[in-house]
Amino acid sequence: MDFIINLLIIVRDAIRYFFTSYIPQLIQEFSNDFYLNFIKEDRWKYIVDGLGVTLQVTLFAVLIGIALGFIVAIIRATHDKTGNLKFFNWICHIYLTVIRGTPVLVQLLIIYFVIFGSVRVDKVLVAVIAFGINSGAYVAEIVRGGIMSIDAGQFEAGRSLGFNYTQTMIHIVLPQALKNVLPALGNEFIVLLKETSVAGYIALEDLTKGADIIRSQTFAPMMPLLAVAAIYLAFVMLLSWLIKLLERRLRNSER
Amino acid sequence: MSDKKRLQMEEMKAVWEASGAPLIQVKDLEKHFDDLHALNGVSVDINKGDVVFVVGPSGSGKSTFLRCLNRLEEPTAGEILFEGINITNKMTDINLHRQKMGMVFQQFNLFPHMTIMKNLTLGPMKLQNMSKEAAEAQAMQLLERVGLADRADAYPNQLSGGQKQRIAIVRALCMKPDVMLFDEPTSALDPEMVGEVLAVMRDLAEEKMTMVVVTHEMAFAKEVASRVIFMADGKIVEEAAPAEFFENPKTERLQNFLAKVL
Ligand SMILES: Nc1ncnc2c1ncn2[C@@H]1O[C@H](COP(=O)(O)OP(=O)(O)OP(=O)(O)O)[C@@H](O)[C@H]1O
Ligand SMILES: [Mg+2]
Repeated sequence: MDFIINLLIIVRDAIRYFFTSYIPQLIQEFSNDFYLNFIKEDRWKYIVDGLGVTLQVTLFAVLIGIALGFIVAIIRATHDKTGNLKFFNWICHIYLTVIRGTPVLVQLLIIYFVIFGSVRVDKVLVAVIAFGINSGAYVAEIVRGGIMSIDAGQFEAGRSLGFNYTQTMIHIVLPQALKNVLPALGNEFIVLLKETSVAGYIALEDLTKGADIIRSQTFAPMMPLLAVAAIYLAFVMLLSWLIKLLERRLRNSER
Repeated sequence: MSDKKRLQMEEMKAVWEASGAPLIQVKDLEKHFDDLHALNGVSVDINKGDVVFVVGPSGSGKSTFLRCLNRLEEPTAGEILFEGINITNKMTDINLHRQKMGMVFQQFNLFPHMTIMKNLTLGPMKLQNMSKEAAEAQAMQLLERVGLADRADAYPNQLSGGQKQRIAIVRALCMKPDVMLFDEPTSALDPEMVGEVLAVMRDLAEEKMTMVVVTHEMAFAKEVASRVIFMADGKIVEEAAPAEFFENPKTERLQNFLAKVL
């Protein structure tokens, strides 16, 4: 009997401690941490500015990636289908092999320290170029897959009407191929958004670097890092949702 | 297409028309796929208004022959004159001549990302400088003829196989071709839909459209053809008017073939 009463007293004290001491302490710590990491000395600006840089790099790298990827894909598919463009195909092949066979971080460092080593250039520009070139290789293979997946009969139907190769590509093959690969392209851009987080290696102050700077000033790593993780996650979820929406749109337009 | 080229073509066509030569002249046509000789010296004349049916066992080269006519397959040797012009010559712009040779495929090959109307107007608008209004009016008229005017805004996936093939025929007709090439147009269809496609083809034949038809529909060939060609091993083995062809086959190969398919 005594034992049960003692147990109840312990439980009661624990609950009392939890609510009167532990929770307020936690809140206190949290707000101290929050103040230290984000409010004090306007540290939140590292996060906001960093997010701006990350989005900027991702957006322009995506544009370069799409342009480059389409050009390479069309050259490769044309070579596969007709045997033309041997030389360009060879160049594309080397590009794809090298870019997909080496880590993006190494590519970034080479472009920054070797290629632009002796000239002063904007780091954002370097990152845009590096990630754009990298992304182009993956976009190219996605788009080429899309082109090759279109039934040969589509191509023949276009040619039999009198369209030349280019016209058939533009009016008949590419629109269908693009539609098929849009989800895969969307995923590629999600990957790219996350990959830009290594840009800190060239001292570019992107979102991840922003958190790292705060950490090095406050020695309280948890909050800035968790905040940045949450921001990446939010953007990835937003993009995934947009891709799903787009997919549904495209499906509906054919039914 | 530039107006100059078009004019040039018209002139050459006029010369050909005055000469009274056949619409298509095929001379010693050969097509090799590596070691495989799919066509082994095929020569044939196709006159304006001819309805030529090509029959024969599987693998005899019927499709290859048909696809060489508009150079979807590049012939290995031989000549094809179309309206007096050697279209096997690498210098001729085959794209211009293909506009005059409509082709209908076994698998329809409609463009799934476009409405029926867009399928029908794309070629005339992009290749023949036709206005949207004119191209749509023409398409509508032809759609009415095949009884599908109400499906103009549908997408190909919303149609039955027979409807798709009728649309494919109309798509080719919208280019105002001088000859129509059919490669087993009813082979991918459910039996109950074959009739509606054959009816459209019968209509075309009655209007004196020049047609080359590869098919396994012997009864239809008998009824509609002006001439029937029997191919085997990449050669034309026998060629005759339908009555003669089916009632009185000369070669043993054709006799055996007819015994199997009739
Ligand atoms: N692209 C190609 N590459 C290699 N061989 C081919 C190709 N197209 C056709 N052939 C071969 O050429 C021969 C003739 O084929 P073709 O398709 O012309 O026959 P077909 O008479 O149309 O037969 P079917 O009645 O089955 O359609 C066949 O042996 C076929 O395997
Ligand atoms: Mg065939």
